[in-house]
Amino acid sequence: MRKFFIGFAFVSLLIAGVLSYFASGDPDGLDKTVEDTGIAEHAQEHPFAGSTFADYAFGGDDKFTGLAGVLGVVVVLAVSFGLFWFLRKKSDA
Amino acid sequence: MHMSDGLLNAPVSVVFLVVAAVGVGFALVKARADLDDRTAPMAGLVATFVFAVQMINFPILPGASGHLLGGALAAILVGPYVGALCVTIVLVVQALLFADGGLTALGANVTNMALIGTAAGFLVAVALRKLALRGKGGLAAVAFVSAFVNTLLAATGFVVEYAIGGAGGVEIGKVALLMWGLHALIGIGEGLITAATVTSVAAIRPDLVHLLKGGAKPLEVRS
Repeated sequence: MRKFFIGFAFVSLLIAGVLSYFASGDPDGLDKTVEDTGIAEHAQEHPFAGSTFADYAFGGDDKFTGLAGVLGVVVVLAVSFGLFWFLRKKSDA
Repeated sequence: MHMSDGLLNAPVSVVFLVVAAVGVGFALVKARADLDDRTAPMAGLVATFVFAVQMINFPILPGASGHLLGGALAAILVGPYVGALCVTIVLVVQALLFADGGLTALGANVTNMALIGTAAGFLVAVALRKLALRGKGGLAAVAFVSAFVNTLLAATGFVVEYAIGGAGGVEIGKVALLMWGLHALIGIGEGLITAATVTSVAAIRPDLVHLLKGGAKPLEVRS
């Protein structure tokens, strides 16, 4: 049980921390659609565009994508585990 | 598939913030029944995995890429309600921490990827459940098809939202054709990743695969 959970978390860390450097930088399907149709001209800059980890970088430097990925993994795990543990049916003690 | 602010007009953005809030609220209420001491940690790990894999854009055409949405994957592993919450958490963290996906657009993004995608993926998976129970090949096929439909319907969500109140007045047929064409390709990637993930989990811990346990409700054992 514990081994499986630790393994699953490790795989996520590896993907976000290492494999993320090999991700394609091309626009995704929605971005491509709005770019090719001109809809993208109406896009507003993100209110947090200047924040530390914006665009999965660190201070705008995407050499740190892996670091941003690891941070994201830790934050998503903490938030989701916290929420789901709180929501769960308590086993009868 | 994270849209920025400004692609939809303000009233439509607000409408979908409300739609998303109602949907996520409903999922919060219904999720309790699917969460216990074993499935709660699993759900946290599924959300984390979806976040990680969403970082990996894979090429689909020269100049275009795609990434996992994760709704079908999450629904098959932890059920539709918990699954919708998993994807929602990922989208909220991406918007707030990584400036990925707009803030007023968050409602539409949650509606498309967390609600529509997850619901569509789950409904297809449940419809094909008999096949999924037949073994690894069956489960892989069901995961693939569910994930493919999840991607196409989430993309359709954007098409509908744009038709109701998109900026720029681009002909809707053009938007739909591009979205569906590109997401048919992305859906193949989504299907392959989902099939690989679900069959890997099922090989080690079949008891943690929600779809294999018997739909939304666990089967009652009568003694």
